[in-house]
Amino acid sequence: MPLYLALTSVSALLAVSVYAILDRRNHDVSRNVYRLCIGLCGVIFLAAVMPRGAHVISTALPLGLPWIGMHFRIDVLTAFFLAVVNLGGAAASAYAIGYGAHEKEPMRVLPFYPAFLAGMNLVVLADDAFTFLVAWEFMSLTSWALVLTHHHEEENRRAGFVYLLMASFGGFALLMAFGVLGGVGGAYDFASIRESTKAGWTSGLVLALALVGMGSKAGLAPLHIWLPLAHPAAPSHVSALMSGVMTKVAVYGFIRVVFDLLGPPAFWWSVEPMTFGAASALIGVLFATIQSDLKKLLAYSTIENIGVIFIALGLALAFKANGMALPAALAFTAALFHVFNHSLFKSLLFFGAGAVLNASGERSIERLGGLIHAMPKTAFLFLGGCVAIAALPPLNGFVSEWLVFQAILLSPALPQWTVKLLVPAVGVALALSAALGAGCYIRAYGVAFLGRPRSEAARRAHDPDRWSLGTMAVLLTLCLIAGLLPSLLIDTISPVAKDFVGGRMPTQAELSWLSIAPVAESRSSYNGLLVFVFILFSAYSARWVIHKFGTARSRRAPAWDCGYIEASPTTQYTGSSFAQPIRRTLGVMAFSVRERLDMPAPGDTRAARLSVEIKDRIFDYLYAPLTRAVESCAERLNVLSLMTIQEYLALVFAALVFLLVLVAI
Amino acid sequence: MTLLFNLLAQSLQMLLVLALAPLLIGFVRKLKARLLRRKGPPIIQPWLDLIRLLRKEVVLADNASWLYRSAPYLIFAMIWVAASLVPTFATGLTFSWSADLIAIIALLGSARFFLALAGMDIGTSFGGIGSSREAMFGSLAEPAMMMIVFTVSFVAGTTQLSEIAAYMVANMELRASVGMALVALLIVAIAENGRIPVDNPATHLELTMVHEAMVLEYSGRYLALIELASALKLLLYISLIACVFFPVGLASHDAGAEAMMIGLCAYVLKLAIGGGALALFETSTAKMRIFRVPDFLGAGLMLGLLATLLVFVTRSL
Repeated sequence: MPLYLALTSVSALLAVSVYAILDRRNHDVSRNVYRLCIGLCGVIFLAAVMPRGAHVISTALPLGLPWIGMHFRIDVLTAFFLAVVNLGGAAASAYAIGYGAHEKEPMRVLPFYPAFLAGMNLVVLADDAFTFLVAWEFMSLTSWALVLTHHHEEENRRAGFVYLLMASFGGFALLMAFGVLGGVGGAYDFASIRESTKAGWTSGLVLALALVGMGSKAGLAPLHIWLPLAHPAAPSHVSALMSGVMTKVAVYGFIRVVFDLLGPPAFWWSVEPMTFGAASALIGVLFATIQSDLKKLLAYSTIENIGVIFIALGLALAFKANGMALPAALAFTAALFHVFNHSLFKSLLFFGAGAVLNASGERSIERLGGLIHAMPKTAFLFLGGCVAIAALPPLNGFVSEWLVFQAILLSPALPQWTVKLLVPAVGVALALSAALGAGCYIRAYGVAFLGRPRSEAARRAHDPDRWSLGTMAVLLTLCLIAGLLPSLLIDTISPVAKDFVGGRMPTQAELSWLSIAPVAESRSSYNGLLVFVFILFSAYSARWVIHKFGTARSRRAPAWDCGYIEASPTTQYTGSSFAQPIRRTLGVMAFSVRERLDMPAPGDTRAARLSVEIKDRIFDYLYAPLTRAVESCAERLNVLSLMTIQEYLALVFAALVFLLVLVAI
Repeated sequence: MTLLFNLLAQSLQMLLVLALAPLLIGFVRKLKARLLRRKGPPIIQPWLDLIRLLRKEVVLADNASWLYRSAPYLIFAMIWVAASLVPTFATGLTFSWSADLIAIIALLGSARFFLALAGMDIGTSFGGIGSSREAMFGSLAEPAMMMIVFTVSFVAGTTQLSEIAAYMVANMELRASVGMALVALLIVAIAENGRIPVDNPATHLELTMVHEAMVLEYSGRYLALIELASALKLLLYISLIACVFFPVGLASHDAGAEAMMIGLCAYVLKLAIGGGALALFETSTAKMRIFRVPDFLGAGLMLGLLATLLVFVTRSL
């Protein structure tokens, strides 16, 4: 029943796409489409969380390739990710009811939006390689179309191009991965893949291919370069979906292939996810710290969070391979908890960025400032999102990061030296990225929302409509609940961990006072609710005491500023000046920063100039040579297109003979 | 009855840290003055200043927002809660399990987050300079702190401070890794509290000021709360060092009143020693350039990492 409900809703989403095209003259079409999307996402969400009669429900529909059909299935992992996808989908649709009304070309968004939602759902539901790949490509292409919504801008066209390239590269890697998994026999449904035995080299190859394929969609470094271009280019609710939800679909794919289809892991499987996860976490957060475009900053921070998730997944693999069920369950739970958290707060932050963009027309924080006065409600909600994503207690981001740290603390028990030496390094990377992340969001919030407005647009900004505000408020409430009552979520994830890593954390609901203890209370425990109540109690009692025995008087006056007369708002610290110390201390390692100061000689009246040039090393040393190589190959192979018909025939004949010989051997 | 006693001990700790924190600051100042052959203000001077500030009217800058007005309460509350969760005279107090060492560090991180935001709220360049530098220090000091947490909890097998203290009391031995962690923690503590050589708590309007720049616009009760919070933070770090590395005399939560009294005396003694060492260190060094601080903190981070690796490689060192 839940499976059919979900599948019907997915086809209804596709029908909504058609409706959007047919009804395009109607003024209310945007509103209707988004309302329908909320409803359908809600239905799929219910289908995911409703109690299922059987543990696993699967079905095969006579669609697609003849005799193969399409297989669909819901198990605990699917249900969890369906819930995440559709929670994000419903939130984005609700936000878009208000936000989408400002869209100048709604027909570039509306037909693709429901189809994109349907694509993500289908990937999660798919139960054979063919369906998975078709849904995956469908998801890629619809999101690509959405990235090109504002295709008049040169920058967005470039983003779309890079995205298309990376998506097809990733899709290609996945095709190979499933090809190797399915083997020569070609049994491509997941059930037979699960049963088949894999040779040693196959699992290594599939792991690498899956990491490339899924990682390129999730934004794992060094395959992340498209993400900060493409995610911000789309309208903000689509950015939220791509960053908050689509990357999670990629994480789902990775879990499905590596934890499920590939069979029992070997310890070295954990090395790749952990290494690339740590690299992503650091690269993502460092680049986020120096961005001045608010949406780009959020996109880079997505890379960081994906890195955290992959670190946790890598740890889970290492523990699982050594038969340590409890630590494996802890790491796996941490990963899924972070998946859920990130989908909440990243959507919230993108919605906030969208509200700022709509109200001021600015994406660059350097021309904003003082929005806390102009948009007080948005400012409050955005602050909540920042606290959550900066992994600060008592909100939810801290809980998942705390769980990852707890998993790392269990790792000295691992027997292999490779992993043993890798884990502390990964731990440093994680700690650094958490600390830098807090700094990054201090900068983003402080420059954009605090201080004095740096432009007329920022002064005139205003809060968005009720739908947008309401959606953000709901997301923040969910962040708060997940942060204060993490035991609920951990117990929900528990069955997934049981099925996929073979162990489960102790039932948290049984602990007193709603606290959480991953292993045992004597080892580590945390109680977000109590800490929160404690902080509120202390703050209010301090306020009461001071107002009662001290004074509550205050008056307004010009800022003191050490006696300087009121300077122009341009003298405030900007985003780039805020990032300067970090750029200077860590920039040399992370990105090649060149600062050039052009100081005129005394008496010269020309203005002084400071130019900062920041280069992405990965782009320079990995992608630029690659592009050059491809270009020169294409140049050389160009002769092929100028051959005569006889030469073509000869070439085809030679190729045929060569291939036949190859097969014969 | 036991619960009542436990709650009493917990509240006692909360009030104790609150009462002692400004006295500690006063003690350090007095000692520094004596070392410089000055007379110095009385030890209770910080308390007198605080009380004076609390009764003064607040002068708010024109464009101060609600964040600016609520931040002092939040910062104070977070640091106070963190300080009351670190064992001072007794371990295993009623609420000590609600946050482990990682959560306590993170609470300090939250306080830093709001302080840095408050620094940027008025929109003056001084506030921005302070916040920016605080963010840089934080992004190096926090990972170093995490490495120390890793080392200590690998050794003790737990991140609960009370359990760590109990383990350290039971297993008094010299370990290279723990020694390195101690040095790293000292470095982090100096940086986090803005003491010499990282920042000078006694100066205003110096080009390298960090903490004072952020709170430049604060006055009256808000300033009092922030001053009290930073005093609590210094106390917290000394308590943390004492609790993890010198847990002598710590009473258990069920040990009864006599042991608690001994614990209390031991704690005050430890604070005095910590404050004395700090005063001695501060008078004998000069403040360093701002861009030397990352090297200083980097050394802390590397020591922490080395200690962690050592524990990973061999459980006995």
